[in-house]
Parts: sequence; C-alpha cells; structure tokens
Amino acid sequence: MKVRISISLKPGVLDPQGRAIHHALEGLGFSGIEDVRAGRLIELEVADSVTDEQLDEMCRKLLANLVIENYSIQRIAP
Amino acid sequence: MSFRGAVVTFPGSNCDRDMAVALEAVSGTPAIRVWHGDAELPERLDFIALPGGFSYGDYLRAGAMAAKSPIMRSVAAAAERGVPVLGVCNGFQVLTEACLLPGALMRNASQLFICRTVPLTVENSQSLFTAAYEQGQVVRIPIAHADGNYFADEDTLARLEGEGRVAFRYAEPVNGSLHDIAGVLNEAGNVLGMMPHPERAIEDALGSSDGRALFESAVKSLVEA
Repeated sequence: MKVRISISLKPGVLDPQGRAIHHALEGLGFSGIEDVRAGRLIELEVADSVTDEQLDEMCRKLLANLVIENYSIQRIAP
Repeated sequence: MSFRGAVVTFPGSNCDRDMAVALEAVSGTPAIRVWHGDAELPERLDFIALPGGFSYGDYLRAGAMAAKSPIMRSVAAAAERGVPVLGVCNGFQVLTEACLLPGALMRNASQLFICRTVPLTVENSQSLFTAAYEQGQVVRIPIAHADGNYFADEDTLARLEGEGRVAFRYAEPVNGSLHDIAGVLNEAGNVLGMMPHPERAIEDALGSSDGRALFESAVKSLVEA
C-alpha cells in the first residue's frame, strides 16, 4: 500500500524558500499570488499490516521536525 | 589525569579534523576519534564534540539522519550524566534534531550559504564553555552555513533568555535567527550548540584566536572539578 506523507511548515514559521519561489514567480510575470509555502512530500510503500499509529510514530520520530513542521498522512488505495 | 576529549565523525562531517586539532592544541592530549556507527562512546570521556559538515548530505533536514545514528544514543546518555557536549554548525543541527537542545535551524533568511567571520556577543560567561570570556565581550569567529537560521517558539525563546541559556548572539543580523541567537545551552548547561566555528579561530594565523577561550574554558572547568 502506498502512503503519502505531506510535510509543511507550521503557520507563523517564516519560509525563506517559499518567499524566494514567490519572488521568482512574480519575476516570470505571474500576478495575484498571495503567498507561497514550500513543503516536502514523502511516499512510502508499506505492508498492509503497518498501522496508523506506526505511521504517526515515523512522522514524529524522523520524517517531520515538530518544532517547525506539521504533517499529514494519507493512505492511497492501490 | 589527562583530558579525554572525543570527536564524533558522521559520513559527511568535514570539520572533525579541525575540531580534533583544536582540542589537542588546548588540552595537550590527542582527541579520541569516534565513528557514527560505533554503538558506544569510549569510557570516562571529559568532553564530546560533534563537528561541522554535511552529515548524510543534509538529507531530509540538516542533522536529522545523524541525530538517529547509533552513536547518538550514547551521546545523549553521556549528556544526561553531565558530560560536556559541544556541537558546532552541523553538530548544533544534530543536537537540535536529537532534542538535546531546543529549537531548530532553518535555511538562512537570505537563502544563501554564508561564509565569513562575524562578531558575536558573549551573552553568558558563566557556563563551562564560556567562563574564560568576559560577559558582553565581542569576539570574532567564522561562520560557514546555509541552515543557521535559529527558530524556536516564543515560549521557548522567553525561557532561553530568562534562564541565561543564550550563550552567544550575533552582534549584527547575519542569517535571520530569532533574537540573533548564535549559540544556546541546555537546561543543565553542559550541552552547547553554536553555528559559528570556534575550532577555526584558535590561533592568529587563522585570522582570529577568539575561539580558543571556549576550549580553554572547558578544559579548565574539568581540571578544577
């Protein structure tokens, strides 16, 4: 089973990378962009026996840094 | 009793030799070199240094993989026992990722890798790492990092400031760090993480000898202990 983990910066945490992307998009002539936040997407291929609790623990222990990041876990049907 | 200082090398560390040279120059005893995959640290260590570099290629987040390597369990246990632990640059990132220090180090506000000597204010000259400095002294120590932008939530910042745990502060804005924080101590005061490289400033031939007092402070604290 595929699991998609989205990691994003917490609201209020400054995102220099997002700001640079925002600036670059405007430089290309795109207008109307109000904010850009850059995150990270991690896809895992896991056995069906892996529980939600285990996935949550993986996020808390390694995949996300809870000081600055939030995460969400989505199981993708095969 | 001779000083037993160890330097931990992770795959991608590149300041480990400089750190070992600095420790030996100040203590007079060669540093013990430890590999990240070792399960245990050598016994009876007086000092542990986590060096700068790009451990594991900065994969995931700077310091994140190294923080979970086998040797870090042993480092955490030693820190708990009160052994002085110094993390410089990537070593600081490893210490925050290992939750031995609060906060996180994010990409510099400028998005640029910054490599230059910067002025730092010694904010706490009472710690075992900083006792040889004067309170408020401004020292010049090089930095070389892309991810040195210190972040912590407001409660944590207030606690760090209130408890005198900001060891060093940039004397001018450098990388976007909140409160211009360059180095922080743990609650017990035996773990210091800092982005600037004191080991690159131990003699005038290197451009500055202002980092030497940090190692002298640590060695002296052990002799007096």
